Amino acid sequence: MTATTVAPAIELKGISKAFGPVQANKDISIRVMPGTIHGIIGENGAGKSTLMSILYGFYKADAGEVFISGTKTEIPDSQAAISAGIGMVFQHFKLVENFTVLENIILGAEDGWSLTTSLGKARKELVALEQEYGLNVDPDAVIEDLGVGMQQRVEILKALYRQADILILDEPTGVLTPAEADQLFRILGRLREEGKTIILITHKLREIMEITDTVSVMRRGEMTATVKTAETSPEQLAELMVGRKVLLSVNKAPATPGKVVLDIKNLHVTDEAGVERLKGIDLQVRAGEILGIAGVAGNGQSELLELLGGYARGTGTVTLNGTAIDLSGKYADGKSRRAKGIAHVPEDRQREGLIMDFHAWENTAFGYHHDPSYQSGLLMNNAAIREDTEAKMKRFDVRPPDPKLAAKNFSGGNQQKIVLAREIERNPDLLLVGQPTRGVDIGAIEFIHQQIVALRDQGKAILLVSVELEEIFSLSDRIAVMFDGHIMGERLPGQTDEKELGMLMAGMEATQ
Amino acid sequence: MDVMPKWAEVILVPLISLILAAIISALVILAIGEDPIAAVKLMVSGALGSTYGWGYTLYYATNFMFTGLAVAVAFHARLFNIGGEGQAALGGLGVALACLYIPWPHWSLALLGAIAMAALFGAFWAAIPAYLQARRGSHIVITTIMFNFIAASLLNYILVNVLRPTGSMDPATARFPEATQLPTLHELLAPIGISFSKAAPANITLLVAVLACVLVWALIWHTRLGYELRAYGHSQSAAKYAGISPFKITMITMIISGGLAGLMAINNVMGEAERLVLNAVEGAGFIGIAVALMGRSHPFGVFIAAILFGFLYQGGAELALWTSIPRELIVVIQALVILFTGALDNMVRMPLERMFLAVRRARSPKPERKPIEPAE
Repeated sequence: MTATTVAPAIELKGISKAFGPVQANKDISIRVMPGTIHGIIGENGAGKSTLMSILYGFYKADAGEVFISGTKTEIPDSQAAISAGIGMVFQHFKLVENFTVLENIILGAEDGWSLTTSLGKARKELVALEQEYGLNVDPDAVIEDLGVGMQQRVEILKALYRQADILILDEPTGVLTPAEADQLFRILGRLREEGKTIILITHKLREIMEITDTVSVMRRGEMTATVKTAETSPEQLAELMVGRKVLLSVNKAPATPGKVVLDIKNLHVTDEAGVERLKGIDLQVRAGEILGIAGVAGNGQSELLELLGGYARGTGTVTLNGTAIDLSGKYADGKSRRAKGIAHVPEDRQREGLIMDFHAWENTAFGYHHDPSYQSGLLMNNAAIREDTEAKMKRFDVRPPDPKLAAKNFSGGNQQKIVLAREIERNPDLLLVGQPTRGVDIGAIEFIHQQIVALRDQGKAILLVSVELEEIFSLSDRIAVMFDGHIMGERLPGQTDEKELGMLMAGMEATQ
Repeated sequence: MDVMPKWAEVILVPLISLILAAIISALVILAIGEDPIAAVKLMVSGALGSTYGWGYTLYYATNFMFTGLAVAVAFHARLFNIGGEGQAALGGLGVALACLYIPWPHWSLALLGAIAMAALFGAFWAAIPAYLQARRGSHIVITTIMFNFIAASLLNYILVNVLRPTGSMDPATARFPEATQLPTLHELLAPIGISFSKAAPANITLLVAVLACVLVWALIWHTRLGYELRAYGHSQSAAKYAGISPFKITMITMIISGGLAGLMAINNVMGEAERLVLNAVEGAGFIGIAVALMGRSHPFGVFIAAILFGFLYQGGAELALWTSIPRELIVVIQALVILFTGALDNMVRMPLERMFLAVRRARSPKPERKPIEPAE
């Protein structure tokens, strides 16, 4: 770090924070210069969010000091953070869905007892802000009618309205289409020009390279490096994050697709709230190929996986190896789906794929607890399951390989390996995989991708759902894009690019 | 990783909670001008000082084991069955019908028949709220409470209008026939040379309760049903993913839970009163909630907690009998135990966890955290 005459917008000195036995932040020092975009990159659990939560007053640091524009500042709560000029845009928006944009903006910053006058005052300020930063949002639109990109703008406006000079964005592109992400980056660029300081937390190397001026890398609670973005490379950053060299793309041979394994015709799914989520889907997955489904989260991908996994109802025809599957059951078809040879790595391993309080061995039997090899008479053969788990953990390099450890005590990557080991080792004809590497460390991503490709090479059919376009591109043999419950089109990965897929993901028909 | 060793979790936390409850109880007794040490002596000698005292303590404990197990089983599926009171009342009806209308040749057959009827009636009474929850979304806490009142009214009606022998002024059934009388501990222990109080109501149902504890333990941790039930309790979304039907689990869990609560009637109706009277359950259904809480929903914990509450019940009755400490105060003491072991659990747990953590830190210079290495 170079000495400058300007005081840093934010300077953290020796921040440490422990949660019980876990040291989330260890002696972290960082300087963020005003008018720059500073990236903080690191794997899940590296301590990025903890650090930002300390800065925003959610946690109290065990040790260390915070300086804002050169002045030592105590931040006991988020109110203090706001008055120190810090604004935070969370990954999951904190907006009142049935309020208008304007009402959300002033929520918690109402002026006086009369709502009408404060709304009137706020409207003027909001319009001025929008013009200043080129952030166009209709003040009277109701939040639930706005798209995700727009909602994010409201969050940014909320911070600006509270006179934030320092904006912290936590994984802001997780829910955006590539086009929306580009727009966000343009907005951030504009904010930087206007002198705002931005801290961008992300695990995506591409974003760091694209927009930041400086980047700090965190690993296991420590700040391992701070470098100028222009002087680094994705490979170097990945190495700093993981602590060793990483392969950023998958080595795979061209697919040799065989017969059709999964055939979906005119599939409709309506959710419990009565909203039609899948509006007539046609898809085929062949043996020995990976069909990647690209799309922004919430466009029907989850419902497709749930239906195929046997816990959502639908109409239409789905055949597996030529035999029709009954789609009328609401629940509990998971057992028969598994028996038919469908294995499922669900999108949300913590909510669906695992029981976080169960031991690893109990999770290994999860969904397959009727397996005869796991029984002895009327009782479950817990010893046999433990043995099987230990073997699976060794083969999938789960660390630590302790079947008696609760699932919640494994890292994201190791949790995912437990799920993958359970599903892949069933030798299924069709593997459903949702967001296989969400919240997984870069090191484990490599391994997980290799396992999926290996299963394909054994001639199995794989249906992959991912919101990460990079993942879709590196794994898929064929790509289908979903938008609003429709398949917008199918492409071959070699004959398309992110731009074209981005258009399809946003619901725009591409000219073929 | 768990912060505390298992023994601290299972023994130390409840023990400290109990001691705290005892200290406050002592202060309350002091405040009303009685001697707490004398009171404790009286409670101990009254409940545990004689086979008579033990006979009552174990009799109450048997009731609480059944109702405690009922709450515990349901709680593993995160279903809060507050309806033990009503389910036990219905179980009493089942027992009464079995004993009054079937000419049993021997008590052992009568016991089996009564077990079946008690469980069936209790299960039926739990199945209705379970169905309402599983299909209609009516919250089980609300419906099971309401079913307690319905059960009380139903029993009132049946006892007064249907089962009351003609000419009797008492809203109770006739006395059960001789052949249905269960052997008491006095009769059971006499052959092996132990002379147990003849007047105490503890009977063979105690063994049934202990057996139930073992069976529930096996059910929860060693069967597929128990596995599904716990999985459903931890995460409904994950259970759906695994192909576990929420409807099926809710129904089966509540049927088992209700059946266990119903079994209590073997003890109080068949074993003790030998006829069905009004309000035979006497709050044991609610004590079961405290017992399950204190026993951490583990059958062995329920067993221990049931005996503790049996002691409090019997010791309390002795206090009320021999001192001027009013009976209401006994309820206060019980409430303090429930408060400290159940509701204020974290008050004891969190400082203890910090203490264990500090000790562990002091022992090893590095924090006790196995770093989970990414794959090489």
